[in-house]
Amino acid sequence: MAKKRKTTTAETAESMAKRQREISVSEFFLKNRHLLGFDSPRKALLTTVKEAVDNSLDACEEAGILPEISVDLRQISEKRFRVSITDNGPGVVRAQIPKIFAKLLYGSKFHRLKMSRGQQGIGISAAGMYGQLTTGQSTRIDSKTKGQKHAHRIAVQIDTKANKPVILADDEEEWRPTFYPNGKVKPVTYTHGTCVTIEMEAAYIRGRLSVDEYLKQCAIVNPHLQLHYRVNLAKNGKADEADTSQPADEPWQTFERAVRVLPEPSGEIKPHPHGVELGLLVQMLKDTHARTLKSALTQDFSRVSDRAAQQICAQAGLNPRANPTRIAHQESESLFRAINEIKLLRPPTDCLSPISEEQIMAGLKKEIQADFYTAVTRPPTVYRGNPFQVEVGLAYAKPGENKDLGAEEPIRVMRFANRVPLLYMGGGCAITRAVGQVNWKAYGLTQPRGSLPVGPMVIMAHMASVWVPFTSESKEAVAHYPEIIRELTFALQECGRRLSVYLNRRKRAAEAERKRSYIELYIPHLALGLKDIMDLSNREEQKIVTKLRKMLEKTHLDV
Amino acid sequence: MARKSPKAPEIISKKGASRKIVSVAETIHQDIVKKARKPSMKFPIRSLTNVKYDVKRGHFEILGKHITRTLSYNTVKGFAQSMRLLATTKNDLLDRDDIAGKREVYYNSKSWGECRFEQQPESDTLLDDIEAMLAINREQLGYIPEERGGEVCGPIVVIDRDPATGKDIRIDGTKLGTGAWSVPSRVEHLRFESKAKFLLAVETSSLFQRLVHHRYYEKAKCILVSMSGVPTRACRRFIRRVADDLNMPVLAFTDGDPYGYCNIYRTLKAGSGQAAHINRYFCVPTAQFLGVTPQDIIDYKLEDTTHPLEDVDIKRARDALKNDPFIKHHKEWQNALEQMLKMGVRIEQQAFAKYGLNFVLDTYLPEKLKKKNFLP
Repeated sequence: MAKKRKTTTAETAESMAKRQREISVSEFFLKNRHLLGFDSPRKALLTTVKEAVDNSLDACEEAGILPEISVDLRQISEKRFRVSITDNGPGVVRAQIPKIFAKLLYGSKFHRLKMSRGQQGIGISAAGMYGQLTTGQSTRIDSKTKGQKHAHRIAVQIDTKANKPVILADDEEEWRPTFYPNGKVKPVTYTHGTCVTIEMEAAYIRGRLSVDEYLKQCAIVNPHLQLHYRVNLAKNGKADEADTSQPADEPWQTFERAVRVLPEPSGEIKPHPHGVELGLLVQMLKDTHARTLKSALTQDFSRVSDRAAQQICAQAGLNPRANPTRIAHQESESLFRAINEIKLLRPPTDCLSPISEEQIMAGLKKEIQADFYTAVTRPPTVYRGNPFQVEVGLAYAKPGENKDLGAEEPIRVMRFANRVPLLYMGGGCAITRAVGQVNWKAYGLTQPRGSLPVGPMVIMAHMASVWVPFTSESKEAVAHYPEIIRELTFALQECGRRLSVYLNRRKRAAEAERKRSYIELYIPHLALGLKDIMDLSNREEQKIVTKLRKMLEKTHLDV
Repeated sequence: MARKSPKAPEIISKKGASRKIVSVAETIHQDIVKKARKPSMKFPIRSLTNVKYDVKRGHFEILGKHITRTLSYNTVKGFAQSMRLLATTKNDLLDRDDIAGKREVYYNSKSWGECRFEQQPESDTLLDDIEAMLAINREQLGYIPEERGGEVCGPIVVIDRDPATGKDIRIDGTKLGTGAWSVPSRVEHLRFESKAKFLLAVETSSLFQRLVHHRYYEKAKCILVSMSGVPTRACRRFIRRVADDLNMPVLAFTDGDPYGYCNIYRTLKAGSGQAAHINRYFCVPTAQFLGVTPQDIIDYKLEDTTHPLEDVDIKRARDALKNDPFIKHHKEWQNALEQMLKMGVRIEQQAFAKYGLNFVLDTYLPEKLKKKNFLP
């Protein structure tokens, strides 16, 4: 080894400096695309649909529009798909389109604490970038706002080095978002909306981790959403452009909207000091408009009163009148410690917008055929200074009546964070753990030790928060905070209690039915015996049977 | 003469029995159709808890306890079966003057669909219930017992009828060769002539054979009856009729164990809890117990021929001391059972063979008959 080192030319600081240069965010994600959910062709397809649908829903809800969305998957060659997502949202103004769809980390949601589906502003541009990378094709956006006369059609690519959009085409066009509800002759057209089309390498596979499943769960958790879906697979994987003998397009499948009410808009809150990490604290002190430390604390954070700010400063040994920027540089650590030692009111929780028990039931009922439905929305509470709220819905089918829900199989758990279905990494999610920890035997289900209970049942659990703690950036599993698990457990137990009431009632009904048919069996014999003894006519015999049946209806002949 | 005996059971005509069944059905029919209420059937309880030992008459008399079986989920099957069995009894047996065995009833039910009896004990129990409900013994309903009715030998002439011609047939108990005469299932029509001094009812048929073989009945001038365990109704009725008509003393000779005392002898003398509703016809209140008594074990030095009491024996004896109204009335029997429990052994009739095969008829029986220290 020593010899070898001698033979190689030693690096100098200067030679190394030649190779040292800035890595653009786009480049970084290009190499680490699994972090964003593009690790396999199958998952890439799902992630793309997911990001686009999330964006559409957020946009519609913020604009107060009842969302109608279509998802169109078209296979154009063996490994290539064209994905088109259209919504009836407010549309995007021409100037913003390139940045939104072709610049990573650009968005409206990162800089605030508010319950929304997307958070970082990476998703849809990352999907476009993935498409560009795998097919060389641009992302195409059609968008029309209500006020505009014409729609815009823009094709963009991302300059991965500079993280900047490159506009390849920019036209005005006559375009309206149009939907084709299944079973209806007339299409539905809106005056505003957006359609994003991305061509990408992808694989369409059905199952628990598919686009189908994602959209179904989306429909459950967003009962106010009207959703259309269509998949056109190429025959034998051949490109359909070349082959004119392709069969007609598949019909649209529609997930009908169940309620016509939008979710309450969620509020925006300032960060709570107990939920802020040191780095963020430093950044906030640097960015503040306040002149003094005390006013920075009271203005930029929630639940910090004048007295509390005074206490924090005293605890940290800092002058309340100090310049916040100076504190940020020199004494942030003692301030950070002091903040966590002072008792503060919990953050406001009215900023959350839960789905509500009623709407969860509506969503479950329309998408899952079952016999019993229930839902529980817990009161909001707090983890690490972040308000959050947990909701659980449960649907139990009669064994054998729903072929998707086997009576001998583990129950299905659907996980949601801020109304977004989570499909991957179920094993590492706090929701799965909470479901497994509840003692379902107490509620009449069988449950192998420490795992999911068995039965024809679906549980959906929703975690709503201004900041959902995911275990990774691909946002697929909720982290195991004890406060979150506890809330989930309470909600699950309440659902379980209601389930056991239902199961017991059903058991009693089955028992009564068994008794009824047993008695029913012997009534004719009793009548026949009497007829034979008393030499009665058939009519009289029938009368005995009728009378006894009536008696049976009234009393079940129980003592 | 025999049939006019005031003590004979009330004979109910087939028509009468038939009418009784119809009236039971009518009540049920009225409840259902007119009164629109759940019908019910009333049965006397057939167990030792519902009998008293009538000292004056000398047998178990049924008390007034009844159970009412109202139509319910639990009783609906039994109810339906009762109706169908009553219908069969009336239409197929009584109205057609036919007879049927218990096992035939069971097989007959196989055509009743889901109403059928799964096992014979089910139909047997229901038959007993119906008998109790109607207060007509099942022989009169046309049901014939399957079991053998007991065997008879000795100086008695039984006068029976030829079923075809109606002519009398005289059966001489001394002219049966090496065999014996079987008691028929119905004995009400029989008449008797005898100059015997007493009737000896024996538990086991092997001892009965020995006594017959050696023509003991000639020596002792007695009628011999083999009971083969607990005597059947017909056997009990036969002995009763002989005792009543000929004023004949009756002696019982059983094994010396709680079963022999509390089941065989007690049933012969006072009747059973099961058949409490008809005991007054099927018992022999004048009977007395000859042996084998616990005292005999000591008197005849038979200790080395005994067997230790088994758990069932001990339980049976204790149970009788506590619950059997007959035993509870007779101090002598309580003493005998206590003595047996204390000795902890039981003895069989055949044990006398220790002193020679014929010791029992040469020595034991004559001595006992001479002393006359019988148990009540």
